[in-house]
Amino acid sequence: MLVEVSLRPGIADPQGATIERSLPALGFERVSGVRTGKAIRFSIDADDEAGARGEVDELCRRFLTNPVIEDARVTLAAADQAVRR
Amino acid sequence: MTRVGVVLFPGSNCEHDVVEAVRALGGEADLLWHGATDVGPVDAVVLPGGFAHGDYLRPGAIARFSPIMAAIERFAADGGAVIGICNGFQILTEARLLPGALQKNRGLTFLCMPVELEVCSTRSVLTWEVAPGQRLRIPINHFEGNYTCDAETLSMLKAEDRVVLRYVDNPNGSVDRIAGICNAEGNVVGLMPHPERASDVLLGSADGATLLRSLLGTAVRPSALAGTDVLAVGAEVAATALA
Amino acid sequence: MGVGRTSVLSMDTAIARALGLTDDEATAITSLLGREPNHLELAMYAVMWSEHCSYKSSRVHLARLPTEGDHVLVGPGENAGVIDAGDGIAIALRIESHNHPSAIEPYQGAATGVGGILRDIFTMGARPVAVMDPLRFGPLDDARSRWITAGVVSGISGYGNSVGVPTVGGELVFDECYAENPLVNVLCLGVLPVDRLVLGRASGPGNLAVLLGSTTGRDGIGGVSVLASAGFGDDANAEAAKRPNVQVGDPFEEKRLIEACLELLDRHLVVGIQDLGGAGLVCGTSETASRGGVGMDVNVAAVPLREPAMEPFEIMTSESQERMVAIVTPDDLAAVMSCCGKWEVRATVVGRVTTGGSLRILDGWEGEVLADVPAASLHEDAPCYNRPMARPPSLDEAAAAANDPGRLPAPEDCGADLVGMLMDPSWVFRQYDHQLFLNTVVGPGGDAALLRLKAPGAGGGSRERGTSGEPAASSGERASPERGSGERASPERGSAERGSAERGSAERGMALSTDGNGRWCALDPRAGTALVVAESALNVACVGGRPSALVNCLNFGNPEHPEVMWQLSEAVDGMASACRALGIPVIGGNVSLYNESRGRDIDPTPVVAVLGLVDRLTSVPPPVALVDGNEILLVGAQDDPGLGGSLWALTARGHRGGTLAPLDLDLHARLVELVAALVGERVVAGIHDVSDGGLGVALAEMAVQSGVGFTVPAGRLSGHSALFGEGPSRVLMSVAPDRVAAVVGAAVAANVPVSPIGLAGGDRLVVEGLVDLDLADAVASWRTALPRALGVEVGAGAP
Repeated sequence: MLVEVSLRPGIADPQGATIERSLPALGFERVSGVRTGKAIRFSIDADDEAGARGEVDELCRRFLTNPVIEDARVTLAAADQAVRR
Repeated sequence: MTRVGVVLFPGSNCEHDVVEAVRALGGEADLLWHGATDVGPVDAVVLPGGFAHGDYLRPGAIARFSPIMAAIERFAADGGAVIGICNGFQILTEARLLPGALQKNRGLTFLCMPVELEVCSTRSVLTWEVAPGQRLRIPINHFEGNYTCDAETLSMLKAEDRVVLRYVDNPNGSVDRIAGICNAEGNVVGLMPHPERASDVLLGSADGATLLRSLLGTAVRPSALAGTDVLAVGAEVAATALA
Repeated sequence: MGVGRTSVLSMDTAIARALGLTDDEATAITSLLGREPNHLELAMYAVMWSEHCSYKSSRVHLARLPTEGDHVLVGPGENAGVIDAGDGIAIALRIESHNHPSAIEPYQGAATGVGGILRDIFTMGARPVAVMDPLRFGPLDDARSRWITAGVVSGISGYGNSVGVPTVGGELVFDECYAENPLVNVLCLGVLPVDRLVLGRASGPGNLAVLLGSTTGRDGIGGVSVLASAGFGDDANAEAAKRPNVQVGDPFEEKRLIEACLELLDRHLVVGIQDLGGAGLVCGTSETASRGGVGMDVNVAAVPLREPAMEPFEIMTSESQERMVAIVTPDDLAAVMSCCGKWEVRATVVGRVTTGGSLRILDGWEGEVLADVPAASLHEDAPCYNRPMARPPSLDEAAAAANDPGRLPAPEDCGADLVGMLMDPSWVFRQYDHQLFLNTVVGPGGDAALLRLKAPGAGGGSRERGTSGEPAASSGERASPERGSGERASPERGSAERGSAERGSAERGMALSTDGNGRWCALDPRAGTALVVAESALNVACVGGRPSALVNCLNFGNPEHPEVMWQLSEAVDGMASACRALGIPVIGGNVSLYNESRGRDIDPTPVVAVLGLVDRLTSVPPPVALVDGNEILLVGAQDDPGLGGSLWALTARGHRGGTLAPLDLDLHARLVELVAALVGERVVAGIHDVSDGGLGVALAEMAVQSGVGFTVPAGRLSGHSALFGEGPSRVLMSVAPDRVAAVVGAAVAANVPVSPIGLAGGDRLVVEGLVDLDLADAVASWRTALPRALGVEVGAGAP
């Protein structure tokens, strides 16, 4: 499983803004909309994709994100692909 | 004698400071281990500053699931005074005992410095005995103290007179300069500044003692706050927290 | 029982060399063992006989330092020095360098430096209550220096704040010679009840060695040898190759480890305890065994690992952070496990104390013997070198005199040069929690930090309920109520009966200052080091402390260069003479060698920390400040010290030559005593030690920190040399007119020269004929200098 946690649209992201401000000096003139977040990777033992997704959504809602300021995007892959680092 | 329970999570670090400040004001203070399932015979509970569970994932995100938190919710719902200082404020918002969230400071650095605060509401257990508009000099000490909430929550906080403290010069970018808020009843208060660090002129300021004295005075007579008129809203907030 | 499979191989000289052992050292190992060592044994000797662990180049010199004192409980050689502060309280102090790790990975290098020094302190049974960080970087116009500076500061902040120990001061110095080799020194102070003092000793055959804390990974494998013994070239690949050696710190693990260890010590559940720092398990097990005169069997198979398939030599030398070894009797093992369980600290039996003095590494308790060496030989038989020394020809006296910066043309605008030397370091220390524990009376930014000295106790006297594994509170019942009432604090602060059990010495204090000056020591390491000791003692006096102990961190270049060994030897002699004259024992130290880049050694930079005791601390001492209408007095040496080695010569002229001002140690001792007394009596309103940048910078710092200007009348300072010259034994005092006579009288009685230098007041900084600056401009310049140089938002987050 891959859970990407990012700040909700409209919530200030000073880290992203700082990165974006530094880009022109490095020659990256055309980059915009930088937003930072974190990625959380783990395995889950589930019978099917729907079951896995349901459980992970619940995990995100209760623990991995703070819904006041954060959104989560969940990506699933079968075990043999998912665990590659 | 007012009895204060000071919660100790693994990673808390201001617990002894709060105990010392409370005792210096004539109160009684004991530590409460986070694994306990009841708060015992206390008049008030303080969630102190520090880095509970290393602040890993998000500040307060893991601590809010400690067994003591369910007991604290019951205590708060019964009208008990609950104060969250710094990391304790973060834990209270994660536990939804208070609305909003604390984000990284605007300047993206940790800030440890004295700040000027304005007392905005005197209907909380922490400010009950303080004059409205009074200026207090109390240190902050945090990386994630930038208070954030949606517009709706902000207007509710203002309409219900729940913004307890504001920064005079907003050091961390908080919405509406908010440094501390309370629940509808005023018995649950969260604030980023550390009153215990301003409990003695030898440490640079004794203004924090003003707040702690109010807590010690109010906690023994929770009925003092019963006259306020927004009980219904607060009860709902408390009931929906961590269903 | 024989030694395992690798012993049949003959020792490979190439492997020994690759491990950092000289051919002579390898031969010595063979003769110690009476046979050829195997690879594991070689690795163990290599890490223990490295410069970092054995001090093999410096020991012969360090022996000349004065270490005796009636109040010294533990001197150099243990994990930390300890003094008896009276009232049953002891203070533990240690300083260390983390220079090389910080050059490679600034954040983690600095963070693990903090973690390591804390473990040295709580290993002694002390609760760490304060950290200080003397930091030296290259100039900030270089991007790499900015990266290192910002990374080190956030590493200290990230680790120190989270682990819950306040950082109460330090230094911040920028100089070209540290560009590729920053000096990241870290000091920790702890307090303990005298009767809880523990030493890292194993005893009692049959007792168990319990590994506490983090799992063991490959971090820092060979780090001791590689990181501490190799200079840095500019080869990016070489640097990348070294990166895996950098350890990663976990402050939350350390915080739980501190609480668990202090609880174990409080409950008398351990016989001895030792942190695992450089050289990991090899060092921790062999040191405890050899100090206790016993042996130890270590079962490598029992060590909890973070990575699969680790070799025994990797497990034994790993520098994975946040680990301790506790020596425990079999009867107490269950209680130890339960205490560790409460704090979520991993605890595993990995060794057994044995008779006979052998350190044996086993693969399973009854398994193969992988190594078998005399534990003491890893320490006591380490080589000791008296390396060749040579005075650098450039320091010839005639050459130095000819190169004196006094010969440089006078500045056209002293005011501009003065402003150029002002820098407010608060951008750095705002990022450190400097107030935790409610002890900090004077934090960073003063001449010295000043802390309340409170009676220690792991629980601060607090009771605790709801603790699993804690018999007194396990049932959820209220802990015995009779304790609380006895300890209850009186509402009046400072009243004598205030919580006697908890705060037996609420009205005492301790002062702490760290000081170093590579510029001075490069010109004359002996005189420069004596000046540094003198300055540190005076700083402590400026907040009312009586200097009581000193620890040092000797940052030098490559000891294989005869000039560097000469510098080290001279510095030790300078330190010894100043410490003797001022009556300050050296209770600990650390030596960091091989500080060089591209073959150039850093300026010799001995950093010292002086601890002072304050008998009565009931009010805030006079700050670095002027008070409107006060007279400003110069107390101490009155002569123009000259510009040799001055900050002005370097910053305004790029010049590093000349001779240092003489130090009169007798006068200095009298001055230190006088200043501590005057500050103790609170008869002065503001005070500042005169140091970098001379009288000009000292006056300006007092002005910008208080927002009060000054006027020095025409003729009082004859020129830029009198204004910016740097010499010892000088203090500026802001004194109310009705107190001037008392201060002057006290100085005369103490046989210390004193003279008025100017008046405080107004909104300009005026030295008639030399300087005339607007106060507001000077304040703005002082405040923004550091953020501007770092390229961060000016005043971001500042009020």
